Amino acid sequence: MWDYTDKVKDHFLNPRNVGEIEKPDGVAEVGSIACGDALKFTFKLDENGRILEAKFKTFGCASAIASASAMTEMIKGMTVEEAAKVTNQDIANYLGGLPDEKMHCSVLGREALEKAISFYKGSPEKAEEEKIVCECFGVSENEIERAVRENRLSTVEEVTNYTKAGGGCGNCHPLIQEIIDRVLAQPASQAPALPKLSNIKKIKMIEETLEREIRPALKHDGGDIELVDVVGNRVMVATRGACSSCQASNLTLKNFVEVKLRELVWPDLVVEEVSA
Amino acid sequence: MKPVYMDNNATTSVAPEVLEAMLPYFHELYGNPSSMHSFGGQVMKEVKRARERVATLLGASPEEIIFTSCGTESDNTAIRSALLSRPDKRHIVTSRVEHPAIRALCAHLATQGYRVTELPVDGEGRLDLEQYRRALSSDTAIVSLMWANNETGVIFPIEKAAEIARERNILFHTDAVQAVGKIPIDLGRTSIDMLSLSGHKLHAPKGIGILYLRKGTKYSPFLLGGHQERGRRGGTEATPSIIALGVAAELAQKNMEMENTFVKNLRDRLENTILATVANTKVNGDRQNRLPNTSNISFEFVEGEGILLMMDEYGICASSGSACTSGSLQPSHVLRAMGIPFTMAHGSIRFSLSVYNTDEEIDFVLEKLPPVIETLRGMSPYWKADARLCGES
Repeated sequence: MWDYTDKVKDHFLNPRNVGEIEKPDGVAEVGSIACGDALKFTFKLDENGRILEAKFKTFGCASAIASASAMTEMIKGMTVEEAAKVTNQDIANYLGGLPDEKMHCSVLGREALEKAISFYKGSPEKAEEEKIVCECFGVSENEIERAVRENRLSTVEEVTNYTKAGGGCGNCHPLIQEIIDRVLAQPASQAPALPKLSNIKKIKMIEETLEREIRPALKHDGGDIELVDVVGNRVMVATRGACSSCQASNLTLKNFVEVKLRELVWPDLVVEEVSA
Repeated sequence: MKPVYMDNNATTSVAPEVLEAMLPYFHELYGNPSSMHSFGGQVMKEVKRARERVATLLGASPEEIIFTSCGTESDNTAIRSALLSRPDKRHIVTSRVEHPAIRALCAHLATQGYRVTELPVDGEGRLDLEQYRRALSSDTAIVSLMWANNETGVIFPIEKAAEIARERNILFHTDAVQAVGKIPIDLGRTSIDMLSLSGHKLHAPKGIGILYLRKGTKYSPFLLGGHQERGRRGGTEATPSIIALGVAAELAQKNMEMENTFVKNLRDRLENTILATVANTKVNGDRQNRLPNTSNISFEFVEGEGILLMMDEYGICASSGSACTSGSLQPSHVLRAMGIPFTMAHGSIRFSLSVYNTDEEIDFVLEKLPPVIETLRGMSPYWKADARLCGES
């Protein structure tokens, strides 16, 4: 039996937002019945461009239903731009985690969201011939590359868990390994073509990352950190609590805070401590 | 909540009389049957009696029964022994619907220089004996075919298949884990050389099985060790479990008629009512040639894991051949071998009953299941819509 969290069970047994919106602003269908999961997703915006309603229909296992339910709850009230940033990991986190073998359910949710947003924006469906790597489940090279990059996958088994690629006949395992090797060999800064960040956006992302990823970890050890200013790529912070008297705080700043910010915001950031 | 247990092909409850019989051998009569003292010797007598009881159930002689730890061990022992006894032959014939104990072993052997033929089955899960005959060659060392399929309950014509192998001087093994106790077996009258049985499928505990080895069959042990089982399987006898299996074998003999009347009637009522009340459902497997306790039903346009987990809320235990429950990403190899369409295979549910099920339990499932299917279909993008097939989008 799968070890599902109570939240997964709740969203499976009491799914939110089941159905289909008439005249939606965005619509997407992903997956197929042969592959065992399929999701039809629709959303509607309010007059301020925020997602007013989001609905889904799913053919799939408990975690597929729960992932779709979670995703529709998460994006309500978001702008399309905000929703576009929701990752499969966000969906899994919202549910308190998914078993490794079921991560592909969260990926399906993210794919549906992405496709529905491009429908809304009127961007052409990715028409360029995508190279299919896994014939059994119809998974393209781009999808695998993306899953490897975004979820830092390092084995074929992990790729199968996240994308299903390689879960059938197994003929594509060498190809998947090649993709993993290639993506992991790229220096993080060159991995995706990074969008140019405006200063405002950069500061906002730094703030968000500090709040979500960094401060909880520091607080766990009785410390804390505060953002004082951002000048170019210099992030100026002040330490608080246990950190301010800790001999190792400079190491923490460089090895943890800076590493996280470079990973999640911008690769050229430098963290500096200032007294404030 | 007391479970409504309809997953007896997965495992069964230990029968009360079986449990009672085995308990003294844990703490009162715990002697080693190989010991020279009478404290141990008295246990050897009971082991002997258990061997006789199992032999009676199978129509075999006691010395043809080797106690093992499980069906998987018996399967592994049988095939490896056959290959060792025919070192000049490199070909194995089996089917596409075998239990993983056989499939995984054969897949491994295929990497060790053996050639494996997996016979296909038709849409009803049946074997074509002509095709089987043609698959045999002078290089074939062993045939291994299951007597009854664990997922669909479909019964293979094992006695006939064994005769055909005998004519060609090819060893014949059958995994009879699901068949024993449900259909009459009289090994003395067949050409079967080896047979695997598992205790926990017939109300004995987990961790005990047997390998039947026809007298005169060349044999190489899998586990080398002491002289237990006449040197054919090393390791101190699991005396409580062996004694339990003896009692369970006697019980199985006694209950065989009940399996084919009472249990079969429960199964048929469950199956027929589901087919009549829930639209777009189908039974998988040959309904004429099937174990009396098994029903494998597909519910189109829904996925099996969802059905199982919703039934689980009511304490109903069954299993599914869907991808999501198989631990792999594809639906059951048995249903795929039968060519069951994906729209059906993902929504397959297996009910497997036992003599401990009741009419009330069948009523309970018949009350709870249809709304579960309706709920899941209400969520399915395919219900009341044209099904799409893989590859299309």
